[in-house]
Amino acid sequence: MTQPVLEAENVVKELGKGAGKVIALKGVNLSLVKGELTLLMGPSGSGKTTLLSILGCILTPTSGDVRVEGESTAGKSPEQLAELRRKHIGFIFQSYNLFPTLSALENVRIALDVIGRKGYQAAQRAEEVLRDVGLGNRLRNYPSNLSGGEQQRVAVARAIAASPSVVLADEPTAALDSENGHAVMALLSRIAKEQNRSVLAVTHDPRTLGYADRVVRIEDGLIVGEERRPQGLDAPEIADLTKRRKVNG
Amino acid sequence: MILTLAFRNLFHDRIRLAVTLVGILFSIVLVAIQLGMYLGSSRMITSMIERSNSDLWITAFGAKSFEEGGILLSTRERHQALATPGVKAVIPLVVAFAEWRKPEGGSTRVVLVGTDAEDGALEPWSLVSGTWQDIKSPDAISADDTYFRELGINGIGDTAQIAMGRVKVKALTHRIRSFTQSPYVFTTLSRARSLLGAESDKATFYLVQLEPGADAEAVRLELLNRLEGAEVLTKNEFEDRSLRQWLFRTGAGLALIGGALLGILVGTVIVAQTLYSSTKDHLNEFATLRALGSSSGYIYKVILAQAGLSAVIGYILGILISLGILYISRNTPLPLVMTPGLAGALFGLTLFMSAVSAISAIIKVTRIDPATVFNR
Ligand SMILES: Nc1ncnc2c1ncn2[C@@H]1O[C@H](COP(=O)(O)OP(=O)(O)OP(=O)(O)O)[C@@H](O)[C@H]1O
Ligand SMILES: [Mg+2]
Repeated sequence: MTQPVLEAENVVKELGKGAGKVIALKGVNLSLVKGELTLLMGPSGSGKTTLLSILGCILTPTSGDVRVEGESTAGKSPEQLAELRRKHIGFIFQSYNLFPTLSALENVRIALDVIGRKGYQAAQRAEEVLRDVGLGNRLRNYPSNLSGGEQQRVAVARAIAASPSVVLADEPTAALDSENGHAVMALLSRIAKEQNRSVLAVTHDPRTLGYADRVVRIEDGLIVGEERRPQGLDAPEIADLTKRRKVNG
Repeated sequence: MILTLAFRNLFHDRIRLAVTLVGILFSIVLVAIQLGMYLGSSRMITSMIERSNSDLWITAFGAKSFEEGGILLSTRERHQALATPGVKAVIPLVVAFAEWRKPEGGSTRVVLVGTDAEDGALEPWSLVSGTWQDIKSPDAISADDTYFRELGINGIGDTAQIAMGRVKVKALTHRIRSFTQSPYVFTTLSRARSLLGAESDKATFYLVQLEPGADAEAVRLELLNRLEGAEVLTKNEFEDRSLRQWLFRTGAGLALIGGALLGILVGTVIVAQTLYSSTKDHLNEFATLRALGSSSGYIYKVILAQAGLSAVIGYILGILISLGILYISRNTPLPLVMTPGLAGALFGLTLFMSAVSAISAIIKVTRIDPATVFNR
């Protein structure tokens, strides 16, 4: 059994104040290991985004603990949490959150710049990951000149550029059409396996099920179930994407 | 990448950039004009004292400025001063406001400066036409070519009347401007006395030149001891006193400094406002940066870089415009002055202003919650 890279232990999270107070997570236990794509599924308002934020050290739990590579986050300052994020965690958002004034290449470079990787080598690395997600011919494009699927692939490149052990994605396919949604899921699956990272994706989308190694279900702030997909089954779309990558770059 | 992002954020919204730059520019030009006027005024006020070749000035007690010394000192003081150890020469100067009657009628006030250039203490500088020999000829004076209109003359050869007597313009100085707006007119010591109706042994100031190696402070104290009813000032002291009289007793200096402060304030507010709104517009991006693990220092640097870039661009434009105004002002009653020191100070001021402006934006950004990245 591999050592978990990210663990949540009895995580409770209260959000809001006074009459608007909501207990979004009511004692969640979850651990993620490398080499797996885990899907987090559940109805709207069940606490998926909240859990993702806590796992990503963006929010801190009201009680319980989160451990990143075995290191507890309890009592850490916002600056220390930021350091954990830049060392270990990559994020992918539903609405991409790219910088509109930066090109695809620069969007990736800034994520490297933030962790102190600058200069020519950083530029090389940014180009490498963009090629890896099939955008070798879109390096200088600005987000407004990229399709939704391409933008999300830039976001994926940005998330993996610094080689984090964990990639967290909140509804990465929700804004994409079917074809692009499949492409992004295939990419995430490949990142988990080929690059041996732990990937957790929140999703509503049943089309994404085929890519999962593991599906975790959450309802009303509690984990209610978990399934594992039998090993050795390959989604046809993975082969598809590989073909397209060859054409592109 | 910090600079790249700052640059893109800045140029992303051209209109806001224009407002920012106009704010900085306005501020710089305003401060440059005010301080330029202040410097210009100071130079005008002290030019005579500055140009004099003297170590100490003996003035009648209470002399307020170069122009207001009275004609009260006499040969007695001169001899007492000359007898003081360490004193090489004591050179008389007569200076007074006097009425100038224009050749075509009407009158104005001038500052008549009576000096004997041979004495080597003060002579009309920047003579552009005529020589000191010409000024020594009968009835001769020098006038400044930038004051022809005020003096009602057209050039060399014109005649006018100063106080008691007829004078003839025999030489011209160029751009010796006067803060009091009463033009400086040079003539010989004896002619100045007679025009002003002063006794032939009287003087406004005695300019003291010291023996080489003499201790100025010791001589000053000794002179003070020997001279009753007179003051002995160093060049700097007398300059300061003249400045205080004209710039601060009259309130002109305060108005100039107040104007400069106002310029700084208005500029800072405009820049702070635009920087704040730019930061607000890019708040999502800053939240994303934060989620990606950037330190808050990184984000402050982006904002400060934005402020710094605006400052540099605004400064360059502002200085260019200021230099233009400076050029236009060169023959006006109050020529502006720009020195490398002032230009440097303005740049420092611009950077400071932008840094202060960045505070509100930085406070705004400290409050961002990186959790907002998921809810868009
Ligand atoms: N800032 C907040 N203040 C108060 N309550 C909040 C806040 N953010 C979320 N909530 C509540 O917490 C609960 C969990 O929210 P969360 O965003 O995690 O749900 P979700 O599973 O991601 O939903 P969706 O599928 O719609 O994105 C919801 O009931 C939501 O209304
Ligand atoms: Mg959500």
